[in-house]
Amino acid sequence: MKALMFGWEFPPHILGGLGTASYGLTKGMALQEDMQITFVIPKPHGDEDQSFLKIIGACNVPVVWKENDWNYVNQRIGSMMNPDEYFWLRNGIKYDFNRIHTNDLGCIGFSGRYPDNLIEEISNYEAVASVLAHQVDFDIIHSHDWLTYPAGVFAKQISGKPLVIHVHATDFDRSRGQVNPTVYGIEKRGMDMADHIMTVSDLTRKIVIEKYHQDPRKVTTVHNAVDPLADADSFKKSPRKDKVVTFLGRITMQKGPEYFVEAAHLVLQKTDGVRFVMAGSGDMMNAMIDLAAKRGIADRFHFTGFLKGRQVHEMLAESDVYIMPSVSEPFGISPLEAMQVGTPSIISKQSGCAEILTHAIKTDYWDIDAMADAIYAIVKNPAMYNSLRDLGRDEVNNIKWYDAGMKVRKIYESVM
Amino acid sequence: MRNICFYFQIHLPFRLKRYRFFEIGKDHYYYDDFQTEDRIRNAVEQSFLTANRTIAEIIRSSNGKFRCAFTISGVTLEQLEQYAPEVIDSFKELAQTGCIEFLAEPYAHSLSSVFDANEFERQVTMHADKIESLFGKRPTAFFNAELIYSDEIGELVSKMGYKTMMIDEAKHIMGWKSPNYVYNHSYISKLKLLVRNHKLSDDIAFRFSGLSLSAENYISWIASLPAEEKVINIGFGYEALGIIQSANTGIFEFMKALPYHAMEHQMSFVLPSEISKKNESAGPLSVPYPMSWVGNDKDLTPWTGNDLQQEALNKLYAVGERVRLCTDKPLLRDWLILQSTDHFRYMSHKDAFGTHYESAYEAFMNYMSVLADFLERVDAQYPTTIDNEELNELLKTINHQEKEIEKLENELKKLRAKKTKKEL
Repeated sequence: MKALMFGWEFPPHILGGLGTASYGLTKGMALQEDMQITFVIPKPHGDEDQSFLKIIGACNVPVVWKENDWNYVNQRIGSMMNPDEYFWLRNGIKYDFNRIHTNDLGCIGFSGRYPDNLIEEISNYEAVASVLAHQVDFDIIHSHDWLTYPAGVFAKQISGKPLVIHVHATDFDRSRGQVNPTVYGIEKRGMDMADHIMTVSDLTRKIVIEKYHQDPRKVTTVHNAVDPLADADSFKKSPRKDKVVTFLGRITMQKGPEYFVEAAHLVLQKTDGVRFVMAGSGDMMNAMIDLAAKRGIADRFHFTGFLKGRQVHEMLAESDVYIMPSVSEPFGISPLEAMQVGTPSIISKQSGCAEILTHAIKTDYWDIDAMADAIYAIVKNPAMYNSLRDLGRDEVNNIKWYDAGMKVRKIYESVM
Repeated sequence: MRNICFYFQIHLPFRLKRYRFFEIGKDHYYYDDFQTEDRIRNAVEQSFLTANRTIAEIIRSSNGKFRCAFTISGVTLEQLEQYAPEVIDSFKELAQTGCIEFLAEPYAHSLSSVFDANEFERQVTMHADKIESLFGKRPTAFFNAELIYSDEIGELVSKMGYKTMMIDEAKHIMGWKSPNYVYNHSYISKLKLLVRNHKLSDDIAFRFSGLSLSAENYISWIASLPAEEKVINIGFGYEALGIIQSANTGIFEFMKALPYHAMEHQMSFVLPSEISKKNESAGPLSVPYPMSWVGNDKDLTPWTGNDLQQEALNKLYAVGERVRLCTDKPLLRDWLILQSTDHFRYMSHKDAFGTHYESAYEAFMNYMSVLADFLERVDAQYPTTIDNEELNELLKTINHQEKEIEKLENELKKLRAKKTKKEL
């Protein structure tokens, strides 16, 4: 089976959870022997792992016919793509996209990030999709998140092949309900046109059904998984006098950082010997520094700034408790990562991963009493800590992308 | 002649309220009275009252041929007295028929038989006192909480003077043996063991509606057993009548019809204490490790299987000796209620039967916060810095002093009286 996937991010250059999930899912699906995946992203960097799938960079796909000679093309994009492929793709240009600004090769420049002219990039991505839909051989189209829905829809209209879309988040999660009408429009059209919709949690499924008015029969939950951490044992907890409770993520409204500060305040009223860490950055960071100072706990409440790569796992491994009080989290992969390195997690019931985790503490995001209670119990009670650590690690190690991939496969087969 | 021995178990725990860690040291009331009352009222209305009425009717219509036993935990009797005194009255009426036997069990429906032998003894005595004061007769047969049994526990029970004890049919204990005989303790032959027939009990308690069982069929199953198997013990939770098997399944009619069909087959109903008097033991049963009546493995894992449960139980029973030295009534009452097996069952990851918590962890957190407050109170009475023996000595001196003072005061009074007499 050949799948044409449209994505926006792919490791190692990622900006959020979408890239990680795309990587894990495709890798899990590639374990099915007859599965061939062509993964399109706006702008590859050339260091992506292509051992199990083929990556096409949208910025290297010609959408306007330009005469160029083989050597020139090789010199320009040879490091990313075989020039023969460029010429072969050029044959797929069937529409006139001269209105779009292109370079000397007839390709569009993509940032591959989330720029201010995002809406324009999304529609340019559609133009690329048209070329690919004419030229590439595939059985099904799979679009990851709203940025790629228009591309998927266009490819479906051209090829007549079924389209499934993968909802990693909706605008309702990002905005606490204050949706952007343009974004909503793009999302809604993508869902309407899709033959099947996959959501990363039942929570998201519910939003898709209720807020986007989709037929429940057309929407299936495929929970995310987590990549096994090969060097999980290399992360050690250094001996410390104080217990560490960590919040890690973007410090934004969606992640509920203020509830973490309030819970910390409650815990510190009863006990010392606990420190709180807020790792990450975001538009609410300064407000949180203020709040910690106002509550008089700044001596026990620390900010690390943005962490990346190995630092993330190190921070998680050094913690005694990981907490994710997200107000709305379609899935939320970080508690799973914390549990991989043996750190007990407290997660909000409003996060999708709560649906598949047993050995984690679940509270409502606003319930700071329950959150404080859980923090206190874990840091004060070795039996609690040990159970969550050992059983949690076993649990997470059994959540495999392969199984998620098999579910996706079933959905493919149901629409073909 | 074949004997059928019916017994019903009633136990509902006092439920703990949501208790946060910042209430430790401030709030010493641990119970969710609303939930407790709601549950007991529900059980009373859906099951106990109708079931008692049915049993009274069966006894009447069978001319006292139908007999059965009850085991009701002390904490449940307290709840019934408080929230449903009519049920106590109805049991008193049943007791007057003489066809009912009440079994003894640890007062708090606790795991004390496994963790704290002294506490176990104390609770059994408490329970027997309670039964005697309510129903006028001291129990002679024993039903341990959750049918927990081992050779060691059997020995304790025998030492307290009980001659009959109920146990469950477990494959690893019985092997090829049939439960339908009377057995005895592995080395104390005077303690008779009555083995619950697992299949026939569950047929009523859990499978009744699924099987669309009729009394006629049920009795014919028993009749078809080998003739030498004389004793059929059928026991289950009383709530099976009316709640697990709701009234509209016909469970009460089934019960009413049982005696007629049994008598047709010349079967009789007997009480546990009668069986062990009438029947010789078929042999000893050896149970080196504690067993229970729950799950496929019939062991203690539903209450002690994971680290959380172990931790909670160890912390609780570590203060047993000390609490028994206390005289503070509220403290002693909390001590009992906190021991009910249910609190630990809720902490099971796999088998948290009847839980109202969202997870084992939540059950554990809540219980441990309550326990932390309780332990602080114990410590406030008698600081842990003094060890138990020293404390005992001190208490003796104190108690002794009181007596001494009393004696001296009496003497003083006498002398004063003499003096006034003289003056007169």
